[in-house]
Amino acid sequence: MDMKEKMPMTPEAPAPEIPAIDLSHQPNLAEGDALIDTSREPKMCADKVGVFYGDKQALKDVSIKIYDDLVTAFIGPSGCGKSTFLRCLNRMNDTIPSARVTGRIDLDGEDITSAAMDVVQLRARVGMVFQKPNPFPKSISENVAYGPRIHGLATSKPDLEQVVEKSLKRAGLWEEVKDRLQESGTALSGGQQQRLCIARAIAVDPEVILMDEPCSALDPIATAKIEELIHELRGRYAIAIVTHNMQQAARVSQRTAFFHLGEMVEYGKTSEIFTNPRQQRTQDYITGRYG
Amino acid sequence: MSAAKRGASRWTDAAMTRRVRRRYLFERIFRGTGLLAISLSVAFLAFLLWNMGSKGISGFSQYEAALPIDFTKSDLFLDPATIKGPDARTTVAGADLSTAIANAAGAAYGPAADQMFSDAAVDRLTDAIVANPSMLTGSTTLWLPVGSKVDVAAKRDGDPAAEKLVGELQQKQALRRTFNTHFLTGADATDPSAVGVWGALKGSFYTILVTILLAFPIGVLASVYLEEFAPRNRWTDMIEVSINNLAAVPSIIFGLLGLAVFLDVMNLPRSAPLVGGLTLALMTFPVIVIAGRNAIKTVPPSIRDAALGVGASKMQVTFHHVLPLALPGILTGTIIGVARALGETAPLLMIGMRAFVAAPPHGIADPATVLPVQIFLWSDEVDRGFIEKTSAAIIVLLLFMLLMNGLAIYLRNRFERRW
Repeated sequence: MDMKEKMPMTPEAPAPEIPAIDLSHQPNLAEGDALIDTSREPKMCADKVGVFYGDKQALKDVSIKIYDDLVTAFIGPSGCGKSTFLRCLNRMNDTIPSARVTGRIDLDGEDITSAAMDVVQLRARVGMVFQKPNPFPKSISENVAYGPRIHGLATSKPDLEQVVEKSLKRAGLWEEVKDRLQESGTALSGGQQQRLCIARAIAVDPEVILMDEPCSALDPIATAKIEELIHELRGRYAIAIVTHNMQQAARVSQRTAFFHLGEMVEYGKTSEIFTNPRQQRTQDYITGRYG
Repeated sequence: MSAAKRGASRWTDAAMTRRVRRRYLFERIFRGTGLLAISLSVAFLAFLLWNMGSKGISGFSQYEAALPIDFTKSDLFLDPATIKGPDARTTVAGADLSTAIANAAGAAYGPAADQMFSDAAVDRLTDAIVANPSMLTGSTTLWLPVGSKVDVAAKRDGDPAAEKLVGELQQKQALRRTFNTHFLTGADATDPSAVGVWGALKGSFYTILVTILLAFPIGVLASVYLEEFAPRNRWTDMIEVSINNLAAVPSIIFGLLGLAVFLDVMNLPRSAPLVGGLTLALMTFPVIVIAGRNAIKTVPPSIRDAALGVGASKMQVTFHHVLPLALPGILTGTIIGVARALGETAPLLMIGMRAFVAAPPHGIADPATVLPVQIFLWSDEVDRGFIEKTSAAIIVLLLFMLLMNGLAIYLRNRFERRW
């Protein structure tokens, strides 16, 4: 709190020391560079996206590219618009009557903000994991099978069982629940519930997975498991994750975008954002001067 | 901060102790008042049940008297050989059995006793003859239900003549108390010893069936539409206000509406459970809509997000997730609404369900009455025999309600899920 009051920093003040953030989880940077080849087509591309709630502008001119095989982290203080932006990527903002989105968001070159875009299909292609684990109050297998069933991806019982097993295995939950698939999903622990939600999201075989602070309600051990899972999922899906926890962003992501007051301040390789930010505001945030 | 900096503690001084004591005092007073309120309502309930029970329990029993009857002297002109096949009952019923009973009773217990048997005795005698036509050739002794006057005299103080007769019968061991099955299987009658609640019970059942079949689906779908699909504008606001007001309209007004619309305009049959059910459905519908909307509102948004997040359509979110989770709440509202409809009298009086109906209805379009109206009608009768029948009918109504509510609560608990 006191930190906030001291802001803004006077230019004369000595440059704050950047704390040692553990970047050892980052893939070999040379390999990472190859992955972030700028000539590659982005999976999702946001161009000058703005969001209004009624007359109030919550987000302005956000332009960002999200790539396959990479984890993109959105960091920033509370209320900075990072979750709002994430919810634009699969049009979850549609459920808020007063929300209005401007600009353009492409998924594989197709504008998802247009009226012609089928929202149901979009949400199947762009899956979402929420802040609070929210399994359906149904059995574990029912939770995972629900998506494939409504989309007709699997119709017969053996097919559905196969999808359930594959998804739970991929979410690293299979070993823990394989003997009690018929028990309620809400009876699991918080971390298990969140992995169940991830299994539910990947059961419909999405291309992008959005995660809205997936670990904020979890203890450190469950968090570590989810982070490990994100590493494993990275090769298969484009992942965008909102997090409050900068260490987490440094651990799991290859790209980081810093949001502040409804703007995207800086976007770049995670290793660069955390070691050598270009913007003063980013530096202040990651050194603990805000928020 | 150190203790010295805070200053001396004031937790132990007199003013503070007094304040704390006052706070506890208020709590004790509140608890006492609550306990008193609960005890009062329990006492009222106990009094009601005891009162109904003690008065009504005798309504389930019926005195029967032995009647020695010699068919050879009874002028029935019935040939045992013709009493067979499907027309047997009609054949027997065509004979003047009531005169035969009166004559036999007069012969056995003196001229004062010739009207001692109930109207229901004729039916019983008919049954006995149909079952065994050969009895017509000789004489036999039958146990037949006594009329209301004797029945009342046997149960408590009746008029002196009846008391005397009861005394004589008891001396001859010609009087016995039996369970009154006719009360559970018969319909309304002019003689209190011949009345039954089955007709009214069936009428209530058909009426409430029509009510549930109409009000429940329409109410649930209306609340789902208003809560999940309807745009928020002046029209939906107006509809919401109208529905809330409808729930507060006095029930007799719905009766007038039913009379004007269903009977006068649509020409539906008078006194029928169909019209009663339609009228009560109008009354129950707003209760279900209000309860349904509240139940739907309490479904956590995270469940909607979860379903939308895997690509469920609005319709799928509503019917796969929101409605199942809201169902216990909706059912609670339905129970309240239907229980109220089940006990409703006023609107049904308006549409003619207060008619004297001596046969149980066979469908929703037959003339019928319902239990609460039947109770109202009997409570208005002069004959003393109706006092116990009124209370007995109240017991039946309460048990019927208990059964319906139990069923609804069972259903609700089956659907109840936690999240």
